[in-house]
Amino acid sequence: MKTKILKNKLKSILICTVFGIGFMVLVSNCNPDETQNVTNFNTISMQDEFDVDGAPNPAMWTYDIGTGNNGWGNNELQYYTDRPENVVVEDGMLKITAIQEDFEGSGYTSARLLTQGLFEQKYGRFEARMKLPYGKGMWPAFWLLGANIDEISWPFCGEIDVMENGGSKPTIVSGAVHGPGYSAGNAIVKEYEFTDSRVDSEFHIYGIEWGPNYINYYVDDVLYNQITPEDVTGDWVFNNGPFFMIINLAVGGVFDGNPNENTVFPQTMYVDYVRVYSAN
Amino acid sequence: MKNKSIKYSIILPLVGLISAVMISCERGFSDDVELATFPTNGDIFIDDPVGLTDEFFTSFDPATGANTNGFGTDNNEVYEGSASIRIDVPAPNDPNGGYIGGIFKDRGEGRDLSGYDALTFWAKASTSAIIEVGFGSDFIEDKYAVGFGNLELSTAWKKYIIPIPDPTKLVQERGLFLFSAGTQSTNGASYSFWIDELRFESLGTLGQPRPRILGGQDQTAQANIDTSVPLIGLTYTANLPDGQDITVSARPSYFDFETSNPFVASVDDLGIVTVDGPGQGGDNTAIITASIGGVEAEGSLTIEAVDIDVISIFSDVFANVPVDNYNGFYEPFQTTLGGAVEENGNNIIDYTMLNFVAIEFYGRDGSGVEPIDATDMTHLHIEFRVNENVDAADYINMELHNNFTLPNGILGSYQISGTELLSNEWVEFDIPLSSFNGLTARDALGMMLFVTDNNIANLSIDNIYFYAEN
Repeated sequence: MKTKILKNKLKSILICTVFGIGFMVLVSNCNPDETQNVTNFNTISMQDEFDVDGAPNPAMWTYDIGTGNNGWGNNELQYYTDRPENVVVEDGMLKITAIQEDFEGSGYTSARLLTQGLFEQKYGRFEARMKLPYGKGMWPAFWLLGANIDEISWPFCGEIDVMENGGSKPTIVSGAVHGPGYSAGNAIVKEYEFTDSRVDSEFHIYGIEWGPNYINYYVDDVLYNQITPEDVTGDWVFNNGPFFMIINLAVGGVFDGNPNENTVFPQTMYVDYVRVYSAN
Repeated sequence: MKNKSIKYSIILPLVGLISAVMISCERGFSDDVELATFPTNGDIFIDDPVGLTDEFFTSFDPATGANTNGFGTDNNEVYEGSASIRIDVPAPNDPNGGYIGGIFKDRGEGRDLSGYDALTFWAKASTSAIIEVGFGSDFIEDKYAVGFGNLELSTAWKKYIIPIPDPTKLVQERGLFLFSAGTQSTNGASYSFWIDELRFESLGTLGQPRPRILGGQDQTAQANIDTSVPLIGLTYTANLPDGQDITVSARPSYFDFETSNPFVASVDDLGIVTVDGPGQGGDNTAIITASIGGVEAEGSLTIEAVDIDVISIFSDVFANVPVDNYNGFYEPFQTTLGGAVEENGNNIIDYTMLNFVAIEFYGRDGSGVEPIDATDMTHLHIEFRVNENVDAADYINMELHNNFTLPNGILGSYQISGTELLSNEWVEFDIPLSSFNGLTARDALGMMLFVTDNNIANLSIDNIYFYAEN
């Protein structure tokens, strides 16, 4: 475990150089179980630092627009747009803003960005550094869907939720997998609680490391869960092919309930960067 | 230019040399030297009082009904460790005092609490009850007092968190805890409550700081030069780790105040706004705003410097003359309920079920209130907010009565039509007193009447004053 946590930190060459000696000492002191799967994801395969003001890079991001079916299957209340009011890059960040307004029959607007058809990858480290909105009914998420979703449908394609947060719980995030036999309310999920910080007051790094037969869940440098085929109550669908990423801010729905009179609008989800690494 | 650069290029190395020499001359601090910082211990009561005065508990003044007998510690009922604080809240008719409350003070010169973000403790009660808690009160200055009057105790131990609006201000604080408890929430039944693990903590899990002045409202006022008005309704809201908001009252010293126009008004550390002058270039308004720790407070006061003589009946800005009441309750014909209330830090008059209502100031029932001599006044200023839909046919018929109840009494009337009013928004009126039909004298005004005949049943009124421009 320790090597994995450390390896996660060792992303840049600089840090590798500085800590290389310590790392090697620790590794040499460690006797990993023979069955443990350890893969290093050190090669950047996609990154968006959101340094160019304006609309997000169209070569990396596309959008879901509208309300989907039944609020994207979750009774969500927002209408997703690609308007700059709802999604913009500025100040070195991607900003997704949920607004309370009457728009196309919905009471709220927000945005949902996807890399579908633009960037898809099997295995690797997927991470985003984010500061989240707050207030009941806010449902920010960073997640992955199997790229074969249009052929075999959800949940057979698999879904990896890197980070979800309910705005009424500013110290709790969760990571999950959905697949055949363990989707929606039966997803395999684990919460992580911040004991001395919050999701809406500071940026945190939310990430997974996904390899053959395992998905490790991280918040900052803390590995808080590992999900393997033994943990799921159905077929393991995460060795089959590439996944694409989604970042969205939903309003209302099944995860945190609907906003109440204390929910302050507008609310913004700030994304400092999204980085994806693959194995050497 | 050249001279300058030469001058600096000579001086700077000299300064460096001098300071180097001085530093090399200076002796280091000996071990006996105590720097002027204060202890940072955040503990107040764990199993014993920590660094508190010998009295431990300093009661409110018994002359106010504070009961000094119900305070002690308990070795049986504890959340953690060996002891808790036990407080027995007396019944209102207790001969030793009908409520209990006071403060805990640091026994030294105060503590540096700037490294913490909250006061925390565990508490339970023998029955569900609501008490008041706080900190920052030392019974001397109370400069950084924070209060929370709505702490709901239950019969199970629960952790409570009271946020510090701006910890950087608390570098030498003696007032470590305050509580006040009566039986208002238990229908007069006495009860006990326990407090344990009382301390200042650095949680890191508080968020969404929202300071407010004037209850978060943008208010306007006129005031004469050299007069002052205090900013009220000062609060601080934070979001707790469980996602719930808590709003505490905060003393002005936590806030940084700012005026947009120093030629018109200034504001001091205690939130007292003083009108300093008429302004320049015809701009006689200043906007007073505030912040805590760099976070802008909701609410503002736009103050207009004027030069007027005022006789104020109801206002937060001017000194009000005494009145008999804000609702004369003329039964059985009057249905109107309500009177003066505080709304988010702003005092207003609020009426419901309004058919007619009077504000009386003639000395009803021998009260001694003097009628108002408005002979030298020219206008009545008054603000209305209709708290329901307004129709064009709605109206407020106002009457001013001179020598009310006397045989020579007269009245003047003035009608405000529904088209001049707005629903749920304040509208200001400056009505010439000459427009009150029939008001041939105004040397002994004693009653102001509002008649709506229920067309407008829910009405708020604010800033009622007679004035004359000088």
